[in-house]
Amino acid sequence: MDILRIATAGSVDDGKSTLIGRLLYETNSITKDKIEALESASKRKGLNFLDLSLLTDGLIAEREQGITIDVANIYFSTPTRKYIIADTPGHIEYTRNMVTGASNAKVSLILVDARQGIVEQTARHLSIASLLRIPKVIICVNKMDLVQYEESKFNEIQHKLSELVSKTTFKGQTVSYLPISSLFGQNITKKALDMPWFNGNTLLGELETFEFAETLAQAPARFPVQFVVRPMTEAYHDYRGYAGKISSGTFKVGDEIRVLPTGQTSTIATIEKFENSLEQAIAGESIVMTLSNDIDISRGNSIVLASETDLPSLKDFSAHVCWLDHQALSPGKTYLLQHGIHVTKAKITQITERLDVTQQTSTTEVGQLNLNEIGKISLRTAQAISADKYAENPSNGSFILIDEFSNSTVGVGFVD
Amino acid sequence: MSIKMSAIHDKIGQFPRELEDESIYIMREVAAQFERPALLFSGGKDSITLVRLAQKAFFPGKIPFPLVHIDTGHNFPETIEFRDWLAKETGAELIVRYVQDSIDQGKAKEESGKYASRNVLQTVTLLDTIEEFKFDACIGGARRDEEKARAKERIFSVRDDFGQWDAKRQRPELFDMLNGRISVGENVRVFPISNWTELDVWNYIKEEKMEIPSIYFAHQRQVIQRDGMLWADSEHLNKEADEIPFETTVRFRTVGDMTCTAAVSSHAVDIDVIIEEILSAEISERGARIDDKRSEAAMEKRKQQGYF
Repeated sequence: MDILRIATAGSVDDGKSTLIGRLLYETNSITKDKIEALESASKRKGLNFLDLSLLTDGLIAEREQGITIDVANIYFSTPTRKYIIADTPGHIEYTRNMVTGASNAKVSLILVDARQGIVEQTARHLSIASLLRIPKVIICVNKMDLVQYEESKFNEIQHKLSELVSKTTFKGQTVSYLPISSLFGQNITKKALDMPWFNGNTLLGELETFEFAETLAQAPARFPVQFVVRPMTEAYHDYRGYAGKISSGTFKVGDEIRVLPTGQTSTIATIEKFENSLEQAIAGESIVMTLSNDIDISRGNSIVLASETDLPSLKDFSAHVCWLDHQALSPGKTYLLQHGIHVTKAKITQITERLDVTQQTSTTEVGQLNLNEIGKISLRTAQAISADKYAENPSNGSFILIDEFSNSTVGVGFVD
Repeated sequence: MSIKMSAIHDKIGQFPRELEDESIYIMREVAAQFERPALLFSGGKDSITLVRLAQKAFFPGKIPFPLVHIDTGHNFPETIEFRDWLAKETGAELIVRYVQDSIDQGKAKEESGKYASRNVLQTVTLLDTIEEFKFDACIGGARRDEEKARAKERIFSVRDDFGQWDAKRQRPELFDMLNGRISVGENVRVFPISNWTELDVWNYIKEEKMEIPSIYFAHQRQVIQRDGMLWADSEHLNKEADEIPFETTVRFRTVGDMTCTAAVSSHAVDIDVIIEEILSAEISERGARIDDKRSEAAMEKRKQQGYF
C-alpha cells in the first residue's frame, strides 16, 4: 500500500477546511463520537448543518478567529492507498507554512472561489507548487452552488487559470480543473448531479488514479550516512555498519561506491534491514550498509556510485530561497546550512533577485529578503555539500538555513 | 457503511512500509543530534512500537538511550509486568520515576471527586525526571491522528524550561530535514510515529508479530458503567454508591491509567479481530480517554503546560 501526500492551499474563506472535512466524511473516516462532537459544536454556532470545517481547525486561536493558522496533518485511507493531507493556511503572512506543508507533497490541491475567480493567492500557490516541483496540481473551483452550477462560469475561470498555469508549469507537471461544491458534496467523492455537463473525474477519482512513477528509484544514487553502527560486542566485534535513508536511486550488493567528500572508494558488502539481508535497496528505504574494507566514514558523508563522473559537490553556488523568519535575510550574514543531515556554515554573498510570484516577474539589486519572500541568492559554504540541482533531483537538492543564535529554521533553499 | 465493510478485508495486514523507514530515520537523528535522549515508555501499544523501531534502527547494536517510565501508581499490573519483560528482552536500560514521590514531596496534589486521576500530575514527575537526568530529547509515541491539537505537532517539538509548547513558535519542518538545535534549558519532544494512524500501529504489530500486554485482548474483568462507558474497577477508582461492579468480557483500546481509560465490550482474542473491530468501530480511540473529554481544548491546554 503506498502513501500519497497532498498539500492543500487556498485563500481565506474559500472553503478548504470544509473540503477536507467533506473528503473525510464521505470516505467514512470520521467516527461516530467525532460526528457527535461536530453536531454539538455546529449547534452551538447556531448552524443547522454540519460544519465540516470544524474537523480540522484545531487550535484554540483558530476557533476564535475562524481561520487556519498552522499546518495540520490529516489522515485517511481507501482500499487503494493511504493519504496524508497537509492543510496549509491561505493567509499571505503564512506562506512559510504553505511551503512547509507542500515540501513533501506529490499533489497540490488549490481552491478557487467560483464567485471570485483567480485571486493573488492563486498565482502564489501555483508558483510555489512549481518551485517545489510538485508533479500534480488539482485546481478545484469551489462553491459552484453559489453560481448556480453554471458551466459558463466554470469555463470562464478555467480559461483564465490555464493562461496563468502556462506561465508557471514545468515539463512533467500535470494540471487538472474540477468544478466542485464542498458544502453540498458535489464532485468530491460522488459525481455532481447538479453539474451533468462535467465529464471529468471526481476529486477522489483524480487522487486514486494518480500514478506517481517511481522516478526516484531511477535518479542518481545518493546515500547520506546518518549514524555509524558499532556494537562492539562479542558477536559483532569488528562490525561497522553505515545507517541511513537512501535519498535517491538504487544501491545493490557488489556496487562500487565512492564516499564524498573524501573520495575514498569501496564495494558494498551487505545491505541490511534489521535481521534481513537484501540484494538491493531503493530511495526512501532506511538501511544499514557494510563495505568490503575499512575506510573512514562519518555522519554527514555521502555515498554515491563510483561509476559516476559528475559528482555532486558544491561550495560556491546559487539557489532559490523562501524566507521563513521575521528577521530578514541580509547579504554578508553567516548561517548554518543543513543539507539532508549534513550541517556546515554558509555565508550569503549576494541576493541577486526577488521574485514576485503573483506577477511572475523579478527585481534585481535586492537589499534583503523578508518573511515569506522568495528570491535567488549566491552562497558559499565552509565544507562542500553533496547536493544536486533541485530541478534534476529534488530529494537531494534542498537545504534549510538555521540561525546560529536563535537555532530557528529561518529559510529553505533549492539548489539552482 | 458499505465502503467501510468491504474495505476491511482489503486493509487488513497492509502496513505502508514507508512509515517504518521514516520512523527509523527519525530514531537515528535523535541518537545523532542529541547528547542525552530518552524514550518515554508508557507500556501502551504506541510506545511498544517505538521500542521496536529503536531496536531496528540500531541493530545489531543496542538501543543507545534509556526507556523512561513515569509510574502513576495507577497503572494496570499487566502493563508493569510487560514493561519489565520488554526491558529485559531488548537489553535496554529502564528508568522508573513515581508520581507518588512528587505527591509526597508536595509538588503535586492528588485530585478528588469521581473523575480523580493522576494523568495531569504525571507532568510534574516527568519534568523533574527530565531535569534529574538532563535529558535533551524525549521520544514519545503521540500520533497526529489522535486529536486535533496533535495534528499540528512537529516531529521535533521544542519545549522551553517549563516543558511548555508554543503553537505559534513552532519551527517549520521541511522535507525530511530535522533541526534539533536547542539552547541551554530547552529540550525537544520527538514523535517518530507522528504520521501513523491507529490502524497502521495495529497492522505493524501484526506484521512484526510483536508481543503486547494482555489487556489489549478480550478478558473477564470487574467493571462499572459510567457515562455510557465501561470502567475497570480498582482501589484507585472513586465510585459512587450506585456504581455497582459487575463482571463482563472487555478489552482496552488504549492503555493509560486505570482511572482514565475506559474498556470496550469485546470478544477479540486475536489481533485480526482487533483490527476488524477498529475498522468498524463507532468511537475513536481518544474518545475512550476521559482526560480529553473535560473540554474541547483539553489536549492543547495540557500540552502548553508540558504534557507530552
